[in-house]
Amino acid sequence: MTTTAAMPASPKQPTEATQGRSQVSSPPSGGGAPQSGGPGGPRPVQKEDAMWLQKELINRNYHELATAHQTGRKVSATFVPGNLNELLMCFDFARSLPETNALQNGMRKKSGKMIMDAERDGQSEDVCTYVKADLGMMMGGEIGPTGEVLPKPDILLLSYTGCFTFMKWFELIRHKYGCETVMLHVPYQGEGRIAPNMREYVVKQLKETVIPTLERISGVKFDIDRLRQYMRESAKAEEDLVAVLQSAKNRPSPIDGYFGAVYYIGPIFTAFRGMPEASEYYRVLRQEIEQRVREGKGPITPDGEMGEEKYRLVVEGPPNWTSFRDFWKMFYDEGAVVVASTYSKVGGVYDFGFRHDPDHPLESLADYCLGCYTNLNLPSRVDMICKYIDEYQADGLLINSIKSCNSFSAGQLLILREVEKRTGKPAAFIETDLVDPRYFSAANVRNRLESYFQMVKAKRVAAAAAH
Amino acid sequence: MSTISPVLQIVERCQALFDDLDLSAVKEWKSKVPGRKAIGYLPVYVPRELVHAAGMLSVGILGGGDQLEVIQGDAYYQSYICRIPRSTIELGLTGRLDCLDGVLFPSICDVIRNLSGMWQLLFKDKYVKYFDVPQNYVDSIGGTFYIQELEILRDDLGKMRGAPITDAELNASIRVFNDNRAAVRDLYAYRAAKPWQAPTAEVYLVLRAGMVLPPEEHTELVREYIAAADAVPRPKRDNARVVLTGAFCEQPPLALIKSIEMSGCYIVDDDFMLVTRWLLDDVPPDANPLEELSKAFLHRSATTAAKYETTREEKGVFLLNQVKTRAAEGVIFAAPSFCDPALLERPMLQDVLGKHKVPHTAFKYAENTGQMAPIREQAGTFADSIKLWSAA
Repeated sequence: MTTTAAMPASPKQPTEATQGRSQVSSPPSGGGAPQSGGPGGPRPVQKEDAMWLQKELINRNYHELATAHQTGRKVSATFVPGNLNELLMCFDFARSLPETNALQNGMRKKSGKMIMDAERDGQSEDVCTYVKADLGMMMGGEIGPTGEVLPKPDILLLSYTGCFTFMKWFELIRHKYGCETVMLHVPYQGEGRIAPNMREYVVKQLKETVIPTLERISGVKFDIDRLRQYMRESAKAEEDLVAVLQSAKNRPSPIDGYFGAVYYIGPIFTAFRGMPEASEYYRVLRQEIEQRVREGKGPITPDGEMGEEKYRLVVEGPPNWTSFRDFWKMFYDEGAVVVASTYSKVGGVYDFGFRHDPDHPLESLADYCLGCYTNLNLPSRVDMICKYIDEYQADGLLINSIKSCNSFSAGQLLILREVEKRTGKPAAFIETDLVDPRYFSAANVRNRLESYFQMVKAKRVAAAAAH
Repeated sequence: MSTISPVLQIVERCQALFDDLDLSAVKEWKSKVPGRKAIGYLPVYVPRELVHAAGMLSVGILGGGDQLEVIQGDAYYQSYICRIPRSTIELGLTGRLDCLDGVLFPSICDVIRNLSGMWQLLFKDKYVKYFDVPQNYVDSIGGTFYIQELEILRDDLGKMRGAPITDAELNASIRVFNDNRAAVRDLYAYRAAKPWQAPTAEVYLVLRAGMVLPPEEHTELVREYIAAADAVPRPKRDNARVVLTGAFCEQPPLALIKSIEMSGCYIVDDDFMLVTRWLLDDVPPDANPLEELSKAFLHRSATTAAKYETTREEKGVFLLNQVKTRAAEGVIFAAPSFCDPALLERPMLQDVLGKHKVPHTAFKYAENTGQMAPIREQAGTFADSIKLWSAA
């Protein structure tokens, strides 16, 4: 399945100075030196910027990963949905997220070769390209996004949340490299709710399988108070993240809730949730976004401040990473801003009230896993999208259907029909892929988007005439 | 007066059941007693004992095959999603599944999982259940969860029929399915011993009949087929003995199975309709029924790509065992296009087979694949190469 992704190592977008500070809503570069540039030429990036904080976090994490074994640390790998970062931190693991590595390589235009290498090694052209990009990266010497060699994980925490492919992914890595794997089976919310036995099952696995395995591999004894402390930090960050994402209810929206949000969710969905540094990042981010709201500003895009907000959209499905900037540009060039997205909930749905709860740590970890977006059944997903369209006063729904990701994609055409039926708002459908550049056709996507924007406009005119 | 042999009569009956996408046999069964209910299920496994204990008929849904023209179903799926959900939707939207009072969607892959939600949205008057099975095989963890899931299903079915399902009823149903599994085991053993007497195209149809017939009737049918097949000598060919794997969900067209056999292969084991032999031996019928069903699932069940294997060493063991016990000479990987579980599993299994020097070949299909010539050529070449190797 697809997941998000921390801080695509992107680049080259300008940072806009506002009241002496660069804007965090500019996507940060994940590795290397801070970028600047754009239409106005190079601009300095100031240290107090939340973007800086994020950059420091991600660079440090990749370096920690690269040097983990030299420094006596064990390495874990896990997935973004159902990512038990707080728990892994309790055992001092250096933490890797293969989806993040794959998307980073996608943004750096490296994934195409990796995918083809994996296909030459026997993987089918039909299957998930995250998996193939990851396997291809391993075949190429495991060079991470920052250029450092990533170590072989000591433990694969198979948090089996919302995606069947996860299971095969880690089985493949285990088969090839012999890494030990521990399964955390997270039941699917088939009835649209978390039944008590589902929670009990996850908690029991944590207590009796996952934690003992992590203790054995790491040599560190589990300390539940340490977990509680991390979870307190998580809850703070979650509170601020929700405020940031919900700022898009303003007109104009100060953020892009899809293209921009993939940067905002980076730290919290990956190796940083529970760290004081992550809490600080979200505190600074929130301040900056609230400042933009006070100033009545729209989102920052890679080309600078976005112009007039003409269309407000909700987007379902992950983005394409290999042409991320081109894809985003097709929106902001037309004055389209995404006010809410489902993808920004793939590593945790926080905007309906869930917070990590230090008073009930294991139960709370279970609820977190059970509540991730792709673990929700289709009716719940439709409900969520309709709610977003209503609460964020969106003009319609756009579905970016990803070839690689059945977890998201199977059923999306029915979601489209249902949302149109319930909201009366127009919906549109485009198809791309996560990290396989062969499946991004810019001309097709642009045509579809342009037609869609015209449809939205026509609907508006018709609605105005009716009143 | 019919002049065809008993074995062909049985096969013709099974073929008619297979061709009948309107589920007339199910309607007929329901019409015999007012108030009878039928519950559909998708691959790979559901505990049919519970449905039976509720006095209901369990009905296997395996897509529309190559005879169904999919029109509406295609409007619900992108081109890169496998075929079985779109033909299943087609069956539903065209009223062919109206005789089903509910459908169970087992935990197998993201597509079937999401199809459960689509069913909830499209068929609001029907009972729909996503049936989760544990990927943790410890009795006190995964077993407890599974028993709870079984309890929920048991309660739901009890409510549907208007009375709770008792342990005695469940144990009686366990006996019925023990008989059925034993008959199917015999059928598979017979085919492995004399594949020329029981071609897989026939065995497949006999097995497929069990998707719409009551288990008691199916058990009888299987036994009749074995006896009838054994009664008439058929020519033995110098075919290669192969295990076919990967076809545990979307089914290949019957013509594809025939093509493999015509090309010079005897299929001596497979993973078609695993529900009929998911539990590998008898479930004790005199104890706590849900606990016994759980233990059988956790510790004595088949393996497929949808099931987690806790260690690397387990990977491929089940397949190797099929090869060994059936004296197979090679493996054919036949997976539906866009089937993530089967296609992701395949390289690992190929690696294991390679290490054990078991020849293998692979191709993809869809349930409506029409061109058999390439399959025949590939399977034929594979069979020839096996014969050459074994001669060497």
